[in-house]
Amino acid sequence: MLKIRNLHAKIDDKEILRGISLDVKPGEIHAIMGPNGSGKSTLAAVLTGNEAFEVSEGSVEFSGKDLLEMAPEDRAREGLFLSFQYPVEIPGVSMTNFMRTAINEQRKYRGLEPLSASEFLKLMRDRKNLVEIDSDLTNRSVNEGFSGGEKKKNEIFQMAMLDPKLAILDETDSGLDIDALRVVANGVNKLRRADNATIVITHYQRLLDYIQPDYVHVLYKGRIVKSAGKELALELEEKGYDWIKKEFEE
Amino acid sequence: MAAAPDISMLTLYEKYRDIIEKGSSPQVNAERQKAVEAFNRLGIPSNKKEAYKYTNLQPWFKPELNPVLTNKGFEGNITEIFKCDVDTIDSHTIFIVNGHYQNGSNGSVLPDGVLVGSFTQLSKEHPKIVETYFGKNAPAQEDGLVALNTMCAVDGVFIYIPKNKVVEQPIQIVNLLSGEEDTLVFQRNLIVAEEGAQARILFCDHTLTSNRFVVNSVTEGFVNPLANVDFYNIQNQHNGTVQFGGYYFNQEAQSVLNANYFTLNTGTTRNNIFMRLNGSHAESHLSGLYLTDKNQHVDNFTFIHHAVPDCQSNELFKGVMDDSSTGAFTGRILVSPDAQRTNAYQSNNNLLLTETAKMNTRPQLEIYADDVKCSHGATVGQLDDNALFYLRARGISKDEALILLMYAFAYEVIEKIKVPALKEQIRELVEKRFRGELDKCDSCIICNQLADKFQELAK
Amino acid sequence: MATDQDRLLEEVTNREYQYGFYTDIEMDMFSKGLSEDTIRAISEKKNEPAFMLEFRLDAYRKWLKMESPDWAHLKIPAIDYQDIIYYAAPKPKPKLNSLDEVDPELKATFDKLGIPLDEQKVLAGVAVDAVIDSVSVKTTFRETLAERGIIFCSISEAIREYPDLVKQYLGSVVPVGDNYFAALNSAVFSDGSFVYIPKGVRCPMELSTYFRINARDTGQFERTLIVAEDDSYVSYLEGCTAPMRDENQLHAAVVEIVAFERAEVKYSTVQNWYPGDKEGKGGIYNFVTKRGICKGDYSKISWTQVETGSAITWKYPSCVLMGDHSVGEFYSVALTNNYQQADTGTKMIHLGKNTKSLIVSKGISAGKSQNSYRGLVRVSKKADNARNFSQCDSLLLGDKCGAHTFPYLEINNSTAKVEHEATTSKIGEDQIFYCNQRGISTEDAVGLIVNGYVKEVINQLPMEFAVEAQKLLQISLEGSVG
Repeated sequence: MLKIRNLHAKIDDKEILRGISLDVKPGEIHAIMGPNGSGKSTLAAVLTGNEAFEVSEGSVEFSGKDLLEMAPEDRAREGLFLSFQYPVEIPGVSMTNFMRTAINEQRKYRGLEPLSASEFLKLMRDRKNLVEIDSDLTNRSVNEGFSGGEKKKNEIFQMAMLDPKLAILDETDSGLDIDALRVVANGVNKLRRADNATIVITHYQRLLDYIQPDYVHVLYKGRIVKSAGKELALELEEKGYDWIKKEFEE
Repeated sequence: MAAAPDISMLTLYEKYRDIIEKGSSPQVNAERQKAVEAFNRLGIPSNKKEAYKYTNLQPWFKPELNPVLTNKGFEGNITEIFKCDVDTIDSHTIFIVNGHYQNGSNGSVLPDGVLVGSFTQLSKEHPKIVETYFGKNAPAQEDGLVALNTMCAVDGVFIYIPKNKVVEQPIQIVNLLSGEEDTLVFQRNLIVAEEGAQARILFCDHTLTSNRFVVNSVTEGFVNPLANVDFYNIQNQHNGTVQFGGYYFNQEAQSVLNANYFTLNTGTTRNNIFMRLNGSHAESHLSGLYLTDKNQHVDNFTFIHHAVPDCQSNELFKGVMDDSSTGAFTGRILVSPDAQRTNAYQSNNNLLLTETAKMNTRPQLEIYADDVKCSHGATVGQLDDNALFYLRARGISKDEALILLMYAFAYEVIEKIKVPALKEQIRELVEKRFRGELDKCDSCIICNQLADKFQELAK
Repeated sequence: MATDQDRLLEEVTNREYQYGFYTDIEMDMFSKGLSEDTIRAISEKKNEPAFMLEFRLDAYRKWLKMESPDWAHLKIPAIDYQDIIYYAAPKPKPKLNSLDEVDPELKATFDKLGIPLDEQKVLAGVAVDAVIDSVSVKTTFRETLAERGIIFCSISEAIREYPDLVKQYLGSVVPVGDNYFAALNSAVFSDGSFVYIPKGVRCPMELSTYFRINARDTGQFERTLIVAEDDSYVSYLEGCTAPMRDENQLHAAVVEIVAFERAEVKYSTVQNWYPGDKEGKGGIYNFVTKRGICKGDYSKISWTQVETGSAITWKYPSCVLMGDHSVGEFYSVALTNNYQQADTGTKMIHLGKNTKSLIVSKGISAGKSQNSYRGLVRVSKKADNARNFSQCDSLLLGDKCGAHTFPYLEINNSTAKVEHEATTSKIGEDQIFYCNQRGISTEDAVGLIVNGYVKEVINQLPMEFAVEAQKLLQISLEGSVG
């Protein structure tokens, strides 16, 4: 589904990603861990097409297409979803209007008729129930005045609405209380199918108690320095990142 | 070594003096005489005058224009032919064509004692009201354009709400411009809300024909103690329109005024919006939204004067400038000595969409009392890149995302509209405007029909 | 409480100006009046090369055709330019032993002002150029600086000794016909300072000029020129005082700064001209044009001013951001009391790409004074990615004064981000009460709060002067309660 080969990316001439290769297949959950500043969020930004970053080398294939050639919105329409680390507040744009526009643009891209108002509202209701989100949140402007936890739940709700092939959760667990963490994790688990995949970017093991990864990768200084099964996450939790740093210090 | 004022308009006045004065009340003509002297001294302000620094109206007011100084009348039922942008609200609607009130345009029945009609006619019938209010607020002695209006304007709308009367229905004034050659229009309006009165007044400005219009319209508004007035101006005129709109309000104790200005389309617009808070515990809420493109120019010059203690004012103006258009904003807040416990807030935010769009903004605080809380903020910038990326990452196209964000930017102003149906209408108009679907006027087809009708009538 | 406040306010108003003395020294003075002859005489007196006389006459002819600006929020009484003495200098005493020696009376004057002219006594790390009326009497540390190629001397000497440098840069930032007061200055300026920092040199000490008006009926027209070559750095400070007199005296100065690639110039002013008495009688008219041009890429000019003196202040230290990535800053505290009037602020003209400017202005009005901030931020068509942030706050102490804010934002480029914020308020009674409750007197509380309020600006000053400025504000504020 996703094939990353030797990906290099920089911002303002500073190289952040220095040769990443990764394969994600349908049905898999990958966890990407690493100390602060290792390039985790940059990877998410580059995959979704944030123009602040410049790809200097490498390739990314998504469902057989060249991802790096596509505009951010086309990547989304192809089924790539990012749960933002810092969801943006957009005052004046209602959640309903926002989601309806997003859904219908995706449908148009896939050659489908737009959803009628009632179909759309039904879908909203369904998904809200699925991720246990307060109906109140959808009546407000996008993320405006949401608490940290509400913002993250809202990201998962949007994921449920857009039903992506590949979801990237960028530090979705940071700043969440245990309750919100559970809601987020349940949402992810409920949406899990044999034909979709998830990349969980996280600093801590905590979220991985709820979402069981098939693979854990450690990112350090812009490279994947270690890949293993979920036991690697536990090891990191126990020993911290220092041993990784020591091992791979240049 | 100030240059001699441009007084070519005096020639015009002298030429048509008899026609202008014939129908007017003696009081109005008396003010006219004072204005002639003032105009002789002031002339049309050029951009050398600090207040008009960003808009030079001098070149537009030329004697070659065809002035409409008498009511040319209108045959047929105007309400049936013309449907305004804001047609879904249940309102008491009247029509003004080229500054002149049209007979028979009254819609519904108004509460007893409420007067809504021709300024010429009602000013003659109600000399007491004219004596008390007319010319008391518009600065004909200081501003050449107001002097010119006072000198030349004959008709307009006259609205009077007696004590404690509540007018439930919005009063809608549709100002239409129509002509076959380049036309000069004067309009003078008087709005009086007596103690405890309540009304919602809506001015919709439209053009019906494609020739140039130069408009000088002055409105005086008096919001007396405990009165509550909502005032809306929706301007949707073609790009050949040059409009000076002077709106001069006075507020007495515990009155509330909400004034909202929407400039959706125009050529050159200069609004002078003055509010004097002249009675304690009065509240003023002023907002505006200006959306410009092509070579349009919109200049909102606002002046809120806290003349007495314990008043509040809130001001919010937002603008989106596209193509080679220019915007200007001046927000002067004056707190007089002893106007203690004043709260005054002002904000002006602007988006520039292209390399050639421009914005000049001057928020000004002038404060002579110490127990005050005043602030102003002004920004000029672009849409937030992070928000744009967020929307695109959800599969929304860049164009659509831009429209959503522009709309969100404008929303804060739209939200202030208190008439729900009107809010919905404006919301739609603004969205259409951003989509480029509101080229001239939302009711273009209707406009054209009306234009045809005019042609027919002319035959 | 109210009577307490009145009493305290009364105290402030009665505060004496501590630099108001006059030194009786023998002076070499012109008679009153201004004409081409006056200008020729000044130029001759100073042994100037011919180009300077041309410069002056050109300015004078332009000035004759100009009008005094009237757009500021100031009431400026008519000034009779024929009733001013345009040149006054202490007479040199022949009995002095060396050229370097200063007349002991003058030395005493500067000692009294806290500006010792003996190098060993001077504040560590500060070189001083002392200007009294129309001439510079002493510049300290010249040799030390010269070792690094730094030129620091009076502008008169610079005109004689470095005519090429002066010719190249004088009037290049503020053209002779720039404005009414600048034109007047260009015609009649008598002295001032010249600073030249060569390529790659970081000036090892603070440079400072101290201006003193002493003689009666004179106008002071000083001229300062600072040129900073590539990769250089200098921090410069000016201070000023004048005797107490019933009549007004005119001070019309021009400061020009040129910064080349990656150069940084910090210019700080503690302005304490005689402000007039509590009735508003006398005091200095301070009409000053200060402008710096960031010519080179990545250059930076930073203005810091603490304005407490003068009857009328008309002053807008500005930055022309021409080089790409250049930076302009303006930090200001302006305090007005009694009948003082101030209309001051800045202009930030963004011309280059990726230029940045910051404006922090703190106004404090007391007594019956009027204090205005006036500032312009202009982003020209080609100045892509310009950034500006302005914060202009006003504090009102008393209900008979005025605080005004007149920003102008002229944006001609859509990639600009410009933000302006302003607030006006009085000192919170709750804040004062909170301090009172902790045992702090109202007077001290006001001092504390005001100090906090101006901190952001004061912090920009070199340390010794920050302390001075703080003291100065404290004195000016003694007892004012909101």
